[in-house]
Amino acid sequence: MSGFIINRRRFLTVAGAAASAVTLSGCGAFDGFLSSQSPVRDVLASANSLTYRVQRMLIDADALAPEFSASEVRQGQRPNGSTDPTDADYLALKEKQFADYRMTIGGLVEKPLSFSLDELRNMPARTQVTRHDCVEGWSCIAKWTGVPLATILDEARVKPEARFVVFHCYDSMDLGLSGAVRYYESIDLIDARHPQTILAYGCNDEALRVANGAPLRVRIERQLGYKMAKYIKGIELASTLAPYGSGKGGFWEDLGYEWYAGI
Amino acid sequence: MTIIDDIESRLTHHGDKGNVIYRHRIATRITHWTWAIALFFLLLSGLQIFNAHPELYIGKQSGFEFDNSVLSMRAMQAADGKVDGYTTIFGQSYKTTGVFGMSGPADNPSYRGFPAWATLPSYQDLATGRVIHFFFAWFFVAAFLVWFVASLISGHLRRDILPSRADIRGLPKSLSDHLRFRFHHDGRYNVLQKLAYAGVLLVIFPLIILTGITMSPGMNAAWPWLLDVFGGRQTARTIHFVCMALLVAFFLIHIFMVVAAGPLNEMRSIITGWYRTDPEKKEEHTA
Repeated sequence: MSGFIINRRRFLTVAGAAASAVTLSGCGAFDGFLSSQSPVRDVLASANSLTYRVQRMLIDADALAPEFSASEVRQGQRPNGSTDPTDADYLALKEKQFADYRMTIGGLVEKPLSFSLDELRNMPARTQVTRHDCVEGWSCIAKWTGVPLATILDEARVKPEARFVVFHCYDSMDLGLSGAVRYYESIDLIDARHPQTILAYGCNDEALRVANGAPLRVRIERQLGYKMAKYIKGIELASTLAPYGSGKGGFWEDLGYEWYAGI
Repeated sequence: MTIIDDIESRLTHHGDKGNVIYRHRIATRITHWTWAIALFFLLLSGLQIFNAHPELYIGKQSGFEFDNSVLSMRAMQAADGKVDGYTTIFGQSYKTTGVFGMSGPADNPSYRGFPAWATLPSYQDLATGRVIHFFFAWFFVAAFLVWFVASLISGHLRRDILPSRADIRGLPKSLSDHLRFRFHHDGRYNVLQKLAYAGVLLVIFPLIILTGITMSPGMNAAWPWLLDVFGGRQTARTIHFVCMALLVAFFLIHIFMVVAAGPLNEMRSIITGWYRTDPEKKEEHTA
C-alpha cells in the first residue's frame, strides 16, 4: 500500500459530504441557538466577562491609548450612528448654536451641577490625536479637544457607592415597531477617570460638528466607537445599570453588543 | 531514549499488514479537535464580522477621503443601471455576483460581503458574530498555549514539527514523490508535512492570534508595540484576514491528504492515537 492511487469517487463523496455539512451550518442551522433569547447565547456571551476581567488585569488603569501626530489626521472624522438628530429639544438648542445648552451631572454625587458650553470651554482642556475604532471594523484618526471627565467628576464629588457613569443623550434611535429610544451609554469608573477620557467639544481644530455629536460627546479611547456617546444631555453616577433601557448598560448593549468594548 | 527506541517501544507487530504505532499523544489529539471546532466557528463568525465593513486597508486607519484599500466586496451599479457584486483587489474589480458582494435569490438579493451560507448567523448580525468569535477565540488561544508547552516538553515540536537538516536535503525528492502521488506511511512526518504543520502551528496560529489582539483598542494601550510590529490596526486586520484565507487553504489540502492517505487509518490515529504504518517494503520506496 505504499503506492497510492487516487480513488476519485471516494474522494468526491467525502468532499461532497463535507461541503454540504459546511453549507448546512451557515445556512441557518445554528441560527436558533444564537438568537438573543437562547441560553446558548448567554453561555457564549459569558466569554465577554472573561475578556473584561483579563483586560482590566493586563492594562494599567492609566495606560494611554496610542496618540498620533497631527499630520496623521488625513480626513474628516467619519460620522456613524445618529448624524443629525431630529428630537425637538435638540433642534431648539441647535437653532441657537447651543447657547442655551447645559450639561448636567447628577445621580450619586455630593453636588449635582450643570455646565454651559462656554463654562466647559474655559476649563483646563486636553487635546489628543487618537484613532477611533468602529465596531464595524474601520478606523479613523482625528484630533479631539475637551474637558477631562475626571475634572467634572471631582467637582461634583462622586459618592463612594457609585460604580458607573451613565451618559444620557439627545438623539433617538429608531427601533422599528418598538418605536424610538434615546441613546445612552455607560462605563466603569476606571475608564471614566482615565486621563484620555474627555468630554469633547472640538474636533480637528473646529467646534464639534453635528454629525460628530455637537455640542458635546465623550471620548473613551480604549474602547470602540459605540461607547463614545454623542449629543450628551447629562451624566449620571449610578451603582447599577438595571434602571436604564433594558438594563444592559447602553443602546447597543440592549441589542446584544458587549458592554465592555475594549475588544 | 532515542527517537527510534521511542517509536519501537510503542510498536505492536502485525506481520506483513504493517505495524500499529502510537502516533499522536493525548495533548496533540485534544488540541487538534479543539482547534477543529473552534476554527469552524471562528471562520463563520469572522466572515460575519468582516461583512459589517467588507473592506480591508493597509495602514493605521481606513481611507474614506484617500485610498489605502486593498480588498473590498461591494454591490455596485454599472452605467446601464445593473447592480452586481464586485470584488476589488488592489484596485482591480471583478464581478462576483452570487458569491461576494451580492448573493442570495436573484429576485431578492442581499448586498453583503460573504454569502449567507458562509456566515454565522446566516443573517446580518454583527453583535452575535462577535459573541461567537470571542467565545471560541479563548478556546483557540488556550489550545495553542497547551499544545505549545506540551510539545516543547515532550519533544514533539523538535522531533516531529521542525524539519531537520536531513529533511531539508530530502525536500526535492519529497516534492517529486508528492507530485506523483507517491506517499510513504512510516509513521513519521515527511518534510512537506513538517513544513506545512510548522507553518500553520508556528507562523499562522501566532500571527492570527496576535493580529486579533492588535485590533483590540484596550490591548493597544497595554501593548502598543503590537501596532508597530504589524504596521497599524488596519494592516493587522488585513493580515488577520489573509491568515484566515491561508488556514482555509490548509484545511482543504489537509482534508484532501487525509482522504488520499486512507481516511479510516488517519481518523483512528487522530482520535485514538494509534496508526498503522505501511508494511516494510524498502525497495518500493526507492523505486
